[in-house]
Amino acid sequence: MIGGLFIYNHKGEVLISRVYRDDIGRNAVDAFRVNVIHARQQVRSPVTNIARTSFFHVKRSNIWLAAVTKQNVNAAMVFEFLYKMCDVMTAYFGKISEENIKNNFVLIYELLDEILDFGYPQNSETGALKTFITQQGIKSQTKEEQSQITSQVTGQIGWRREGIKYRRNELFLDVLESVNLLMSPQGSQVLSAHVSGRVVMKSYLSGMPECKFGMNDKIVIDKQGKGTADETSKSSGKQSIAIDDCTFHQCVRLSKFDSERSISFIPPDGEYELMRYRTTKDIILPFRVIPLVREVGRTKLEVKVVIKSNFKPSLLAQKIEVRIPTPLNTSGVQVICMKGKAKYKASENAIVWKIKRMAGMKESQISAEIELLPTNDKKKWARPPISMNFEVPFAPSGLKVRYLKVFEPKLNYSDHDVIKWVRYIGRSGIYETRC
Amino acid sequence: MPAVSKGDGMRGLAVFISDIRNCKSKEAEIKRINKELANIRSKFKGDKALDGYSKKKYVCKLLFIFLLGHDIDFGHMEAVNLLSSNRYTEKQIGYLFISVLVNSNSELIRLINNGIKNDLASRNPTFMNLALHCIANVGSREMAEAFTADIPKILVAGDTMDSVKQSAALCLLRLNRTSPDLVPMGEWTSRVVHLLNDQHLGVVTAATSLITTLAQKNPEEFKMSVSLAVSRLSRIVTSASTDLQDYTYYFVPAPWLSVKLLRLLQCYPPPEEGAVRGRLTECLETILNKAQEPPKSKKVQHSNAKNAVLFEAISLIIHHDSEPNLLVRACNQLGQFLQHRETNLRYLALESMCTLASSEFSHEAVKTHIETVINALKTERDVSVRQRAVDLLYAMCDRSNAQQIVAEMLNYLETADYSIREEIVLKVAILAEKYAVDYTWYVDTILNLIRIAGDYVSEEVWYRVIQIVINRDDVQGYSAKTVFEALQAPACHENLVKVGGYILGEFGNLIAGDPRSSPLIQFNLLHSKFHLCSVPTRALLLSTYIKFVNLFPEIKATIQDVLRSDSQLRNADVELQQRAVEYLRLSCIASTDILATVLEEMPPFPERESSILTKLKKKKGPGKVPDMEETKKERNSDMNGSTEPVSVNSSAVTMSTPSTSTDLLGLGLAPVLNSVAPASAGGSLLVDVFSDNSPAVASLAPTAEENFSSPRIGSADVVSDDPAAAVHDADELVNKFVCKNNGVLFENQLMQIGLKSEFRQNLGRMYIFYGNKTSTQFLSFSTAVICQDALKTHILLHLFCITKQVDPAVDGGAQVQQILNIECVSDFMEAPILNIQFRYGGALQNMSVKLPVTLNKFFQPTEMTSQDFFQRWKQLSIPQQEVQKIFKAKHPMDTEVTKAKIIGFGVALLDMVDPNPSNFTGAGVIHTKNIQVGCLLRLEPNTQAQMYRLTLRTSRETVSQRLCELLSEQF
Repeated sequence: MIGGLFIYNHKGEVLISRVYRDDIGRNAVDAFRVNVIHARQQVRSPVTNIARTSFFHVKRSNIWLAAVTKQNVNAAMVFEFLYKMCDVMTAYFGKISEENIKNNFVLIYELLDEILDFGYPQNSETGALKTFITQQGIKSQTKEEQSQITSQVTGQIGWRREGIKYRRNELFLDVLESVNLLMSPQGSQVLSAHVSGRVVMKSYLSGMPECKFGMNDKIVIDKQGKGTADETSKSSGKQSIAIDDCTFHQCVRLSKFDSERSISFIPPDGEYELMRYRTTKDIILPFRVIPLVREVGRTKLEVKVVIKSNFKPSLLAQKIEVRIPTPLNTSGVQVICMKGKAKYKASENAIVWKIKRMAGMKESQISAEIELLPTNDKKKWARPPISMNFEVPFAPSGLKVRYLKVFEPKLNYSDHDVIKWVRYIGRSGIYETRC
Repeated sequence: MPAVSKGDGMRGLAVFISDIRNCKSKEAEIKRINKELANIRSKFKGDKALDGYSKKKYVCKLLFIFLLGHDIDFGHMEAVNLLSSNRYTEKQIGYLFISVLVNSNSELIRLINNGIKNDLASRNPTFMNLALHCIANVGSREMAEAFTADIPKILVAGDTMDSVKQSAALCLLRLNRTSPDLVPMGEWTSRVVHLLNDQHLGVVTAATSLITTLAQKNPEEFKMSVSLAVSRLSRIVTSASTDLQDYTYYFVPAPWLSVKLLRLLQCYPPPEEGAVRGRLTECLETILNKAQEPPKSKKVQHSNAKNAVLFEAISLIIHHDSEPNLLVRACNQLGQFLQHRETNLRYLALESMCTLASSEFSHEAVKTHIETVINALKTERDVSVRQRAVDLLYAMCDRSNAQQIVAEMLNYLETADYSIREEIVLKVAILAEKYAVDYTWYVDTILNLIRIAGDYVSEEVWYRVIQIVINRDDVQGYSAKTVFEALQAPACHENLVKVGGYILGEFGNLIAGDPRSSPLIQFNLLHSKFHLCSVPTRALLLSTYIKFVNLFPEIKATIQDVLRSDSQLRNADVELQQRAVEYLRLSCIASTDILATVLEEMPPFPERESSILTKLKKKKGPGKVPDMEETKKERNSDMNGSTEPVSVNSSAVTMSTPSTSTDLLGLGLAPVLNSVAPASAGGSLLVDVFSDNSPAVASLAPTAEENFSSPRIGSADVVSDDPAAAVHDADELVNKFVCKNNGVLFENQLMQIGLKSEFRQNLGRMYIFYGNKTSTQFLSFSTAVICQDALKTHILLHLFCITKQVDPAVDGGAQVQQILNIECVSDFMEAPILNIQFRYGGALQNMSVKLPVTLNKFFQPTEMTSQDFFQRWKQLSIPQQEVQKIFKAKHPMDTEVTKAKIIGFGVALLDMVDPNPSNFTGAGVIHTKNIQVGCLLRLEPNTQAQMYRLTLRTSRETVSQRLCELLSEQF
């Protein structure tokens, strides 16, 4: 179990230090600083073992969060907790920055006391936490309220309190996906591609509603297809997607998912992540990158890059950025591009080409001349891949929300009275093309 | 020297550095550097030629980036351009860049070398200095190849500036260190020596360093530097502290130069010229005098500088080791430092004293400080100082104070620091052995040692105790008693159990008479420790038990019970199980005489260098052990200017035993472990006899060692110039070997002679091992075998030398081997004499020993039945053929021992022949080249009267008489 949790700023100064177990000494704080934060070689592994002590860290901008343990713990659990911790902190005071952490240190210690007990993670649901850890002054709670908190925290549905009332019952559902790709130089072969997606919900519903979420999961569709006519199975077969693996928020009834593969749950109040999933098959690649690199002698390099958008013309991709790495001995760059803006960024050793908007089924290109300084070094340039960033208004995995039903038997509102909003956002993860 | 003026400061560089310093994170820093690198690249690439200033600025930035840990792969060309600039600052940056980022690009190297060459040739001293510094900083082989020819010229040229000379000397020193083979020797060397006379002290200092290094390489060429150094030194020493101005450091005139000059002098023996020598002595005296003067300053720098010179002077005095007066004064001076407040000084004083102690002149003087040193050992806070104190005690130890020092060290050991315990243990063990006058003291000391620091007592130490106890029969009884008492302590260390097990197994019988240590009590005592011990110790104890079976037949049943128990017979450890099974069987089936033979007492170990000493040397590295003789010897050879390496490690000469020896004998006593194993290779550790599977070591003859007084003869007898005067007497020695073939023939303080012999029919072969017990070489070592005239006709001796001509020099601790072939022509009376001559420490040593070649060696045993025996007995009935002797027993009358002796004598022991079972009968044939002589013998013991009657019948009268003489001495 987690022995302690430390938060450092970029200089390695300790902002928050909370030790849960005796086997973690004070020197652990320094060990992490010396061996990870100030390491000569950048430490890339998120888990570091120093003197039989394991350090699990995540970094949020300039802030390091490190969980320490001497035991053999489930690393995935620790990281899950660390991410949750970040979420909780963001929910309480916004962006995680040194300033914010310093300003809210009392709150953070209070939170740490609540969500970790002797190193065991406890309820880390923001909604629930907010009921008893508040940022306002303490107002004396009635006995009823106190007992309510107790029963809620210890009860079966720890993530939702009773007696919530809204005038307008509303639901927001976002499908957020990031698409990762590695392409071979000729732009012909996909070396690896996968989409990792999340379904994030915001619910403002009264009472204790029971929700049911449906999407075009291949298994579900096929099962239904067998039951109904062949027609439907044909048409939906094309639409359905194969999900490689998924995880759910704790509110989802897993037993039901296992038996019927239906996602039913009593939602927490406010924002939460309903599920996470990953797909690797039939991915719609929103962009194609076609690079052309030509070395002219020892002192010159010509680069031409074409990008093609590959989705419905009616849709608009946004925030497109192409990053073309330049050799380390670049002494000058000239860029010509038709669309957007391109610039040689010496500090990053790359040409950065930015396009604000681009419709589907379009094409654009950039060409650059790179001058090189002859060096004594015989090492050849490693030719790092060209990377790309973008945002598209659809789900590259092909996921579709089929329905989201709400039942509240006790209160008198039905599924039709709930206002539902659905949105798809596809972003680039590591989207690279070798050149 | 043109300094960097303020206007010359590079603003761009300063801004860049402050930018980097202000970076919040590593990433930001890398971004900034990438940006700067791109900028510099575009600047260098640009068509516009850069002016010197910006070039310098960018090269500086590159240098800074490189020093931050990033790779720089360009800019060398620009740096080389800067090199050829005429401005000092630009040139300086160019050189800096080149010396930091040396590039092996051949083209560039040529350009760089060219630039350096130009600067060396220029008359500008600053440029020359820059170039020399660059060469020295890079110090690569290429640089050395290119410039080793030029630099000496600059060094000795008449018109070179002082500062350049200084740099040139140091540069040459550096090149000599990195690639000594490239630095040419030539006529410049003699002129370099004259730099010692230079007026500029800086030049002299630099030159002294150079000369010292070169003189170590070839001393002959720089021999004349001695007198120059002496005169320079005397000028410095006698100067007032104000004379040397810049070179006076806290009132000490030129301390660095003085130290270097003294070091230089240490490369050479004391000067031969009287005048120079006198002057040097005067200097050293002055330095010693100055140490007595009150300090001119309270500052620590003053005393440090003064002491540095003083210590260097003392090490020179020690190195010369020729002026008793100075040595004693140095010793007194160090004695003062022993009580100084400064820990460093005390440390240095102890260290220097260690070397002083090895000088014959100052050994006594050092000894006067014994109390202080012992005090230091007890009170010093720093463990390294205590360590030095131990070293010094070890070095100053001799026969007169050994008891005290060993006692003190033992005392200290109880509280000693763990890191130095093992070393102290070794030292105590060595001193105790080396200076033991009384071996009971030795045994006490070592047992004490094991008690106090059991864990730190290495194997070698207890091996050694056993070696010594076995070889010295005068301490065997005592040690058995002491060990027995020590074992009675409720908790004793495993090493003690090992020693106890071994010694009681061998000599337990010597104390068995006392009812308090009766056999059963001894056994129970040992067995009570059995279960607490590790496997090797248990194995040893099992061997002890089987030896008990032989020593004390009365507890045989008890021991067999123990061996038979499941915990032994079914022990999980294979070794223990095997021993238990084998010993049990052995004790059950073997007859008493076989048991007596197999489990006979250990024969003496051949003398060799103490394995502990070897261990200590190994631990400290050769030469670090302040062994008096050794250091002395090394020094002598140094002084004679000889470069011949003196082997300190003495196990250099090793001989291997001819492994066929036992087969040749064909005597049928199967697993004979050669008891006189000549110095086994390298490690020279005691052979752990118990780890061998043959149950025990059996020597061929069943003589019990204690029956003979061991042949120790004081050195006074031996050291004699008159050959033939000291034939080591004589029968005693020979008698010892009548019934056995192997053993130590002779031993005194200087050497030990071991024997191994084998005989078949009329032929014999004898291996003689000469072991040098001292640590000094024996010179002109020679041996000869002398047969008296009468004997010559009877016996032929051929002396073979295995080491061609027995090497005339026998190294300290080494062993040489000789083979002697013997042929018996006819029967004989006298034994041949072995004469050995050698030179030890200047005096001719001459010793003679009788070789144990006796007639009975040529016996072939003959088995015969009772009938045959008496038939032959009657045939030899002529009165001359029979010899009878009645004599009193000199040793306890033990049937088994007697049987073994008769077998050892060479005849076959005939059982059940004589009607009286207590009588012994034997038969054998003596083979000579000419005739064979049959021999029958009968020995009738009378236990009540403690008398024997020995009757011998052979076909020759002389043979009967001789054999009777020989055999009667054995009982």
